[in-house]
Amino acid sequence: MAEVGKSCEAQPACDLAHMTRAVTREGVTAGPSSNLTMLNAVSVSLTVNGACHHLTLDPRTTLLDLLREHLDLTGTKKGCDQGQCGACTVLIDGRRVNSCLSFAVMHEGAQVTTIEGFAANGALHPLQQAFIDHDAFQCGYCTPGQICSAAGLIAEGRAKTAEEIRELMSGNICRCGAYTNIVAAIQQAMERS
Amino acid sequence: MIGFQYTRASDIGDAIRLAAGDPNAKFIAGGTNLIDLMKMDVELPGRLIDITQLPLKQVEITPGGGLRIGALVRNSDLAYHPLVAERYPVLASAILAGASQQLRNMASMGGNLLQRTRCHYFYDTATACNKREPGSGCSAIDGLNRMHAILGASEACIATHPSDMCVALALLEAKVHVDGASGERVIAFADFHRLPGDTPQKDANLDADEIITALELPPRGFATHYTYLKIRDRLSYAFALISVAAGLELDGETIKEGRFALGGVAHKPWRDPEAEAVLRGQSANAGTFTRAADVLLRDAKGFAHNSFKIDLARRCIARALTQASRGTPQSHSSKQIA
Repeated sequence: MAEVGKSCEAQPACDLAHMTRAVTREGVTAGPSSNLTMLNAVSVSLTVNGACHHLTLDPRTTLLDLLREHLDLTGTKKGCDQGQCGACTVLIDGRRVNSCLSFAVMHEGAQVTTIEGFAANGALHPLQQAFIDHDAFQCGYCTPGQICSAAGLIAEGRAKTAEEIRELMSGNICRCGAYTNIVAAIQQAMERS
Repeated sequence: MIGFQYTRASDIGDAIRLAAGDPNAKFIAGGTNLIDLMKMDVELPGRLIDITQLPLKQVEITPGGGLRIGALVRNSDLAYHPLVAERYPVLASAILAGASQQLRNMASMGGNLLQRTRCHYFYDTATACNKREPGSGCSAIDGLNRMHAILGASEACIATHPSDMCVALALLEAKVHVDGASGERVIAFADFHRLPGDTPQKDANLDADEIITALELPPRGFATHYTYLKIRDRLSYAFALISVAAGLELDGETIKEGRFALGGVAHKPWRDPEAEAVLRGQSANAGTFTRAADVLLRDAKGFAHNSFKIDLARRCIARALTQASRGTPQSHSSKQIA
């Protein structure tokens, strides 16, 4: 989270490894000199966890698939891929969204934060620590989405009570049924934020 | 998903020109429904016109004392907008009753109006569906139709419109501002969505080259006596079986003006002037409310799995009007129905 202030514009020379990198539909990364034959390719620049990426993408690429298949950020999970489970939740410019229902090329200039961007300087984010403290997961598959969603929830400042947390976290399904402990973990992080 | 051309529109005129020049083009804003349908091969646009950079994100008071809401305002931003919370709380309540916060953070106002039915057969390309493929038949009429319409359906389609927000907009008599190749026009909310008839493939009275630019709310907001009551299979994050937006203006116990609109019952948000006429000038009590409900439901027709919705709708109308008359709107965090 600490890195998220830097935008692509602010650091044009950032992250040379990613610059002008092209990604084919199959997810094979091609260097700047490759011949691009990709149909309908679109260029986009965005910042993920503080790192700037200049990409050429098939416009069908969802933000979720960009993160997982092209940037190797597999912390964000693909659950239903239809906006029904919340496992793919990330923050775009600080707001929680379903990354499976958004095309990556529509986020020119955006600052994306995934679960990989939460811990800073080797220390867990308060929400990550709270989920451990309260045993707020079983299998853990929904957890990155739960934590990203909870970060958005706390930033929104609309939920005060356990009832309100439950309602405003209803877009994140936990099939293990850890909801009671998830609410307790969020309350802990909320009190300390 | 099939391939498509992707174009970012630079201004409204550009967006309209692009749409007018390509019959297979679609506008995309929040994308929360369109992308889902594209993944399912239900929507097959050859071109997507990204309109998210257009200047349609303002919320402003109109000279007449109403509110003009840009089509690209996010659903969550509008639900929490101070002017909406103060003057149109039924709209805020309806928005927050729908979807999840993640989806509301993405979804635009215009896109909410244009979202498509969640009928399972519409989504399942292995089945017949007149809305998806005109002339192929309706699988829901003799299929699993628990979520389907009890009012205004046709032999071609018994789907429902899924929006919560639109039920409140119908109650408030919003106007839909659109722009297109033939110029600008304003559509009354009641005339925007269509009944299925024999053309269920067409959900709204909007041409392919027309773009929604704004929604306009009249001054009357029913901010004192209102509710949005939504009954669904889960306590949150589910589409309505029945929802009721209600707004009353009272003089003591007497109803000066009373409106109610239903979601989950028809191909469009459902209002009935004859049912609302039952309320006017009458005492705000259970007997009045039930009589109004009976008038609204006089032609209701159930199918194999959804006949329960007729009685449920009757009870929801009476309950919602009671909540509105008492000034105790339904809370969406406390699930107790007062």
